[in-house]
Amino acid sequence: MTDSSFFLVVLLAGITLVAVGLGAALLISPRSVNFQKGEPYECGLPTHGTSWMQFRVGYYLYAILFLMFDVEIIFLYPWATIVRSLGITGLVSILMFIVILSLGLAYAWKKGVLEWKSTTSK
Amino acid sequence: MLIYSQPLELTKLLAAVDSFLQGNLTPGWAVLVKGILVGILILVVYALIALALIYIERKVAAFFQARLGPNRLGKYGVIQSLADMIKILIKEIIHINKADKLLFFVAPLFVIVASVLAFGALPFGMNLHALDFNIGVFYLLAVSSLGIIGILLAGWSSNNKYSMIGAMRSGAQFISYELSAGFSLMTIVVLSGSMQFSEIIEGQRYCWNLFNGHLPAIIAFVIYLISGHAETNRGPFDLPEAESELTAGYHTEYSGLQFGFFYLSEYLNMFIVAAVATTVFLGGWMPVQINGWESFNQAMWYIPSWAWFFGKAGLMMFLSLWVRWSFPRLRIDLLLNLEWKYLLPINLVNLLVMVVVVLSGFTLTDLFPALFGK
Repeated sequence: MTDSSFFLVVLLAGITLVAVGLGAALLISPRSVNFQKGEPYECGLPTHGTSWMQFRVGYYLYAILFLMFDVEIIFLYPWATIVRSLGITGLVSILMFIVILSLGLAYAWKKGVLEWKSTTSK
Repeated sequence: MLIYSQPLELTKLLAAVDSFLQGNLTPGWAVLVKGILVGILILVVYALIALALIYIERKVAAFFQARLGPNRLGKYGVIQSLADMIKILIKEIIHINKADKLLFFVAPLFVIVASVLAFGALPFGMNLHALDFNIGVFYLLAVSSLGIIGILLAGWSSNNKYSMIGAMRSGAQFISYELSAGFSLMTIVVLSGSMQFSEIIEGQRYCWNLFNGHLPAIIAFVIYLISGHAETNRGPFDLPEAESELTAGYHTEYSGLQFGFFYLSEYLNMFIVAAVATTVFLGGWMPVQINGWESFNQAMWYIPSWAWFFGKAGLMMFLSLWVRWSFPRLRIDLLLNLEWKYLLPINLVNLLVMVVVVLSGFTLTDLFPALFGK
């Protein structure tokens, strides 16, 4: 049995855990229908409006920065495994790669993306 | 190299089961039965670790605060978490009026499946692993970051402002610290020259990676622990579910077993972080051995490899509880600053330092080949 078929086994095990657990819970747990009970849980007062609205852009900027470095990680892992045999050439070539990506971080830092600005007026 | 006697290892048992299946069933059925056995074993160990961890966490937390903790059910309250599990199973699953029904339902699935997939790749002992990919470390990073999709789905589909804020915080926190975790593990991949867990462990036979790579490895270890705690939303980094401001964060609207799934995966993720730290930095299941001291090595091998693994992972988990009860919670901007302005630049430099150390032969195994073997 190869590793990739064991991957399927583990994946199915995870799905089975959720399916069996939820199935059992739905079977044996009590159920009572009450509109009030399904209201959003917010401080006891009736909720004002929906939560599906505009959200602060700060989180989104972090996500973009993350994408940049996450792709870098994908490229760096294969290099990391064979860096011993690559020797000094491997170090120099990847140094340029890392410097260029660090410039991206430095740019974002300079632009103030990493600062957490207050949205309320001062 | 001498072959040591290993009385409590499970390798013989596994081989016996395997040959029994091969001998009595056709090849197709043997593979199927083996797959089912592995699946059941993974789920059983998964549930047992979660139950044990919940009990230990509550007990340790109680001792840190000079309380007694759970002490009613069973001797010293040991079956408390089992009772909690039954309680959570028979609680009503409340349907939320304004929720996005499908995504609300799918979210716990993502969280659980991600943690089970990561759990399957852990080496628990000699030959005790379900998956041993040659890209092990990379696979682990990939599947464990699937969990955040579940958390974001949970927060968004609940249609609750607390859930939304909690999920957004959790998302920003997780993806930020994912980078640090990736880079610090990469530092060790540079050192050991492999991404496969079994090879990484074999390479630490006489010298743990933590000591082998000395300065850069220790920095990577500390950064991995910090980012591991942050990724699991624990310790001083638990602001996605900061109960005093957000009730419960992204799982505010979840009830019954659906909440239980989030709870379960949180504890398992904590274990996974501890287990990866153990495997990659602290020698994994390999007993402590010293090159040339054959009788000492034999004595160490009498302790089975899975006991070594759980012992070391247990120490790592105790550390995480200790941190949790020792530091106040961070603010979200300070938390993200810590990652982007300190840990990430340090990590990038640290990676290059490790490459220089490895290439110039300054690792302990290169400097003292007689002492640490090669």
